Order: sequence, then C-alpha cells, then structure tokens
Amino acid sequence: MAQITSADAPLIKAVGLRKVFPPAKRGGEPFTAVDGVDFELRRGEVFGFLGPNGAGKSSTMRMIGCVSPISGGELTILGMDPRVDSSRIKARLGVVPQEDSLDLELRVRENLLIYGRYFGLKRAEIAERTAELLEFVQLADRAESTVEPLSGGMKRRLTIARSLINSPEILILDEPTTGLDPQARHVVWDRLFRLKQAGTTLVLTTHYMDEAEQLCDRLVVMDHGRIAAEGSPRDLIERYSTREVLEIRFAPGSGDHESALAKAEGLIGTGERGSIDRLEELPDRILLYSDDGEAALAAVHGSGITPLASLVRRSSLEDVFLHLTGRTLVD
Amino acid sequence: MAVEMPQPAATPMAARELQGLLTNYRRTWRASIFSSVLAPLMSLVALGMSLGKIVDAGPGAHTFGTVDGQPVKYLLFLAPALMANTAMQTAIGESTYPVMSAMKWQKTYHAAIASPLSAFDVYLGHVMFIGLRVLMNCGIFLGTMALFGAVEAAGPAGIGPLLALPAAVLTGLAFAAPVVAWAVLQERDTGFSVVFRFVMIPLFLFSGTFFPVSQLPALIRPLAYVTPLWHGVDLCRGLALGSATAGSVLLHVGYLAAVVIAGLWYGARTFRRRLNP
Repeated sequence: MAQITSADAPLIKAVGLRKVFPPAKRGGEPFTAVDGVDFELRRGEVFGFLGPNGAGKSSTMRMIGCVSPISGGELTILGMDPRVDSSRIKARLGVVPQEDSLDLELRVRENLLIYGRYFGLKRAEIAERTAELLEFVQLADRAESTVEPLSGGMKRRLTIARSLINSPEILILDEPTTGLDPQARHVVWDRLFRLKQAGTTLVLTTHYMDEAEQLCDRLVVMDHGRIAAEGSPRDLIERYSTREVLEIRFAPGSGDHESALAKAEGLIGTGERGSIDRLEELPDRILLYSDDGEAALAAVHGSGITPLASLVRRSSLEDVFLHLTGRTLVD
Repeated sequence: MAVEMPQPAATPMAARELQGLLTNYRRTWRASIFSSVLAPLMSLVALGMSLGKIVDAGPGAHTFGTVDGQPVKYLLFLAPALMANTAMQTAIGESTYPVMSAMKWQKTYHAAIASPLSAFDVYLGHVMFIGLRVLMNCGIFLGTMALFGAVEAAGPAGIGPLLALPAAVLTGLAFAAPVVAWAVLQERDTGFSVVFRFVMIPLFLFSGTFFPVSQLPALIRPLAYVTPLWHGVDLCRGLALGSATAGSVLLHVGYLAAVVIAGLWYGARTFRRRLNP
C-alpha cells in the first residue's frame, strides 16, 4: 500500500475519470455520466462542481465517496486507490449526501451515536464529539428530540454534524442547501465557512451560483459529463464574461422581444463605446454583455429599441455558466 | 513502502451495522412485540389446546408419531412447529418493509455505506440483526409454550426443547438471507404482499406444522420437502420431542445452512448492485 505523505500532494487526483452506467433495459444504450474529467483537490481549499442537473456532478461525488466504482481513468484519494482501499479512504471522509439519510425514528443524539459506531469510535469519544458538533450546528438544545419533526434546515445541519463525527480530512457535500429556505441556507453557508476557516478541505456540488461564489476557492463548471472550465470564481468571470451586463425586458407577446433581438445583434463588436461583446437570449429577457453597461443601454436606445425595463449589473458566475453551457439552469 | 499500519482491535464492520439496528430497535420494539408474539400464541391456544383435546381423543391420535411407545399429544406435536413458523414469520416480516425503508425511504443503508462499511457489511449486519430478532421472538414463544404445558423434557439430558431454539434461529436465517437480498431490489412494496399471501401462508399451512406431511397427496408432497420451513419444522419438532435421529438432524441443518449460504451469495450481489451502482 503506497501512501503519498508529502504535504503538498493533492488530496484527490482524477485523470480522465469516467463513469458509464450499463443500459437500464436489455438492448439499450449505456449512459456516460462522467466523460473523462481531470481535477486536483488541494489541502485546505473549497472546491466546487457547478453544473446543471445531469451534468455528472453527483456521479463524480459518488466515485470520490467510494460508493460508486470508477469505469475508467484514474482516481487517487488521500494517496489510495478506491478500488482497493475504499474502507480506509471512507474512514477519513465525511459525506453530506444530496438527500438526508437520517434515522427519523431516533433522537438527534442517537443518530450521531450510530454513525460514530460505524467508524469504530468509542462511546465516550462519540459523546464528547456529539456535544461539540451539536453546539457547532446549533442543535445542542435538540439533542434529545426525535429527528422526524425537525425542519429541513435542522435535518441538514444534523447531517452536516453527522458527517463530521470522524473528524474527516475531506468533507464532501452534494448540493448542501438544495431545498432549504433562504434563512436556512445562510446558516448552512455560515457553518461551512467556519469549517473552511478552521482548515477543513471541502468538495461540494451546487447549482446555485451564489453558493459557489460565496464558498468556493476554485471550481469547475461541468456540462454533459465534461469539465467546461476551471478556475476561481473571479478568474472565470474575467475569462468568460464582460465586466457588466445589461438586461432588457419586453412586454410578453408584443413581438418587441424578437425585433429587439435582431436589432441588438447589430450592436455586437462595433468597436464604439457601449459595444456589445455578445448576447444571450432568455425566455423573459435579453442579456447584453459589455464592459460599460450604461453606454450599451444608450446604444440600445439609439438603435431604436425601447425596452419595457432595463438593468445594468456586474457579471456573475451565472453569466459564465450561460456562456459555457449555452443554457439556463434546468431544475 | 509496503508498511502495514498496525490496526487497532476494532469492531468487525458487519457488527457495527448490527449495533446500529439494535440502537434503533431499543427505541421501536414496542410497535412489533405484540404481533410477533401474539399471533403464534393464538394458534397455540386455539388449535393446540382446544382442537388438540378433540384430536387426542379421536381415531387420528396415532398420526402424530410416538415417543416411548406413547402417541404424541397434539399440543406437543404442534408447539415446536409453531416455533419454526414464528421464526419464518419474524424473519420475513423483518426482511421486507424495514429493508425497503433503509434502502428507499430513510436511506439509512446509503448513510452506512458512506462510512467504512461496505454494502456486504450492511447486508450481513442486517441479516444478523434479524437472526437476533428471531431468537428473541422464539425465546419468548418457548417460554409461553412452557407456561401452557406444551414443553416436556425430552432428548439428551432432557434439554430437547431448548435445542429447538437454535434450530428455529437457523430456520429464520434461511428465510432472512434470501428475502433481504431480494427485498433490496424492490422498487415498490407490492411484491411483499405476494410473499405474505403466496409464500408465507401456504408454507404455514402445508409444511407439516398442523399435520404430518405424509398426509398430503403424494403429488404435492415433494413440494413440501423442498421448502425450508418443512426442514425447520421437522428439525424443531424432532429436537423438542427427542425423536430426531442424527441423520435427520444432519439433513435438516445441512439443507437450511445451504439455503443461508446461497442467500448470502445472492445478497452480496444484489446489495452491491443496488448500493454501489
């Protein structure tokens, strides 16, 4: 068993990683969920997988979590091969799955007890960790409550506490805030940010741009099982988008949207002030990418387009996403 | 490079799953205790004691075998077989909905395999837990049998009825191992009622519990001999009455053990397929 011990070695290294599922029906086509991805996870960073549903994020997470065998390429986790050492690797990982998998009939504390025992921890050790972790996720006063009636946000926080019972070196989170209300999301973000500050290495998937922008040091945008781009949120915005974006809207059904689209295309690459780099059409609005949004708006008005409403804003990851995948998030 | 790290003496993986299920059971046992003990008890009272009196006085009294030249009383004939049935019913009950819940509803299997446990550890731990549940229910049933006078000293050192207890556990495992393996594949619970109606009830009626299998029409008799329940019934009864021969014990134990092993082999495959796609 060869273990990489060097401090700057990546915690996870994937080269040409693939996941192919056999056909669901006899005679059907096999499905390629992950189609040759390369990435490295470094100690102490928060690394994100951003992409629409079906992009291959969860399949990648399940391979990293050693619960789904890889179909091709190479995957090294903590210097070990998941095909050989899955149990040893899993002993050092924490996993927050997409759907809560708590024992609803049991109390909060008992869920952590069972989970700690899975890792072979002693009862006294688990009791000590449980007190700390429930404090950390703000559930200390719920230790003796049954899980079933807890709110979605509380269950999520309990799942996070459970994933930390073995003091993992890498914490894997698959869509950690999907389905939570805004307030509950902010509480989760705050806890994850504290973990990051404390030096925990986090890998997460999300289809929320704001989540990726807030938490991730580095991220990859996945689409159709491949990595479309990689970098820090700021890098990606600089590389794939303009400084500002002009959004214009029209009255539905008026035909203005369509005619404006044709006129706006004439503003692309004019070289003048307010020149537009490119545009994206969304069902309800048109996005015009420019380094000077106000000037672009003036140019729009000058070309005879009269939008019902307009908005100038800074570029975000969402614009990167639109550019790279050519579509809005399908959820 | 190949330096093996010293491993601390840790609890075996499957036993960790077993512990988890026991922790759960400590909180939920009240819901199941009545149904698992009361049902066989009703059969014991209604058929063994009430109908038994008529049977023992009638012309068929000699049908139930003899011990030391005396015809076996119907209550004594029936009770150990009901214990084998308790084993089957407990095992099938614990191998169906709880497995679907752990797989699809609460997803606790998924939680467990994210820890160092493998899919097979989770499966084996669950089968072991069901083995313990069978031991509990059959133990309680044996105690109740004693209260109702359905236990008489027999066999080596008079402990025959006690020997029937591990036999009942083996019978339970012969159902638990394959049924858990199958249940994890189910997308809906409709298959479970099919098992209850078309497997459990026919076995209950035709595996030699209420009358010797020799009374069945010759055509369907071989069917009874293939079912694990008949082997369990005959083993429990033979041990409890002290009428078992070494050969019959070996046959029944061997058959039931083979079913358990085949079930484990199947379960290793189905759990891996479902939990490690």
